[in-house]
Amino acid sequence: MLELIRQPWSWYLSGTAIAGIMILLLYFGKSFGFSSNLKTICTIAGAGKKVKFFDFDWKTQKWNLLFLMGSVLGGVLASTVFKSDQPLQLSKATVQDLRSIGITFDGGLNPSDIFGPDFALSAKGFMILLTGGLFVGFGARYAGGCTSGHAISGLSNLQLPSLLAVVGFFAGGLLMTYLLLPLIFKI
Amino acid sequence: MKGLKFIVTGILFGIIMAKSEAISWYRIQEMFRFQSFHMFGIIGTAVVLGILAVYSIKKFKIRDFNGNAIVFHDKDKSWPRYIIGGSIFGLGWALTGACPGPMFVNIGYGYWAMIIVVLGSLVGTYLYGLIKDKLPH
Repeated sequence: MLELIRQPWSWYLSGTAIAGIMILLLYFGKSFGFSSNLKTICTIAGAGKKVKFFDFDWKTQKWNLLFLMGSVLGGVLASTVFKSDQPLQLSKATVQDLRSIGITFDGGLNPSDIFGPDFALSAKGFMILLTGGLFVGFGARYAGGCTSGHAISGLSNLQLPSLLAVVGFFAGGLLMTYLLLPLIFKI
Repeated sequence: MKGLKFIVTGILFGIIMAKSEAISWYRIQEMFRFQSFHMFGIIGTAVVLGILAVYSIKKFKIRDFNGNAIVFHDKDKSWPRYIIGGSIFGLGWALTGACPGPMFVNIGYGYWAMIIVVLGSLVGTYLYGLIKDKLPH
């Protein structure tokens, strides 16, 4: 059983499991949307005193914060008890493309060229990660949701706005991948 | 404890996101380069099953565990916020390889540098709240 969980999961099992999470949260009377937590954390930090957008009763979102804490624990379990000893099976074309912009495929989930301490704690690396996060946070709130809220929950409810948001996710993602990443990492 | 079920669901979510490799920067790059079916398969399967589930909940008026009706809220009908906001999100997603959920799963996994990404995302969220009235929605 443990071996079954440890090996990397197929896309159909993974997709089914994610739909299961959404259904479970609906059954608990909640809706699956992760980025709301970022707003809640701002509110807890006191942002509501200055900006009206954050002035709401964050306790209504306590369940989502617990979900967030659980997801961190899930990450801990996945890297220990359920860790696979096989390297990630990345497509050869991607390995080559990334090499051409100076990022080595090291077999892990994330490249040490970006997330290793040498780069992440350099002035350039720190700014890149901070700015990337800023885009994600700003964009998620502007669009009213992230991958879970729009791509999963919204599309499941056949929401046209969610489809537009997903089109936006890809427009931005393609622009970053093909135009900006080579500039950012080659300099 | 009432909150326990959310912690457990979160743990399941974290394990699923990590084992599916959806938290991988490499997998997100592979997706945006259309070089593997993996991520499209994951999202596609989740959406198809999600559509069936939501349809069934509405059709058979399935209630939640408290016996309350499960209500779905329609998103505001407009386009600028979804296209512009979505594109900004996409820029960050492709750069950091992480949307909000995976950022936190990655921290648990041991990728400490994701804390910087989370800090950035909090700054971004705050910034949005600060200037939202000046933006087209």
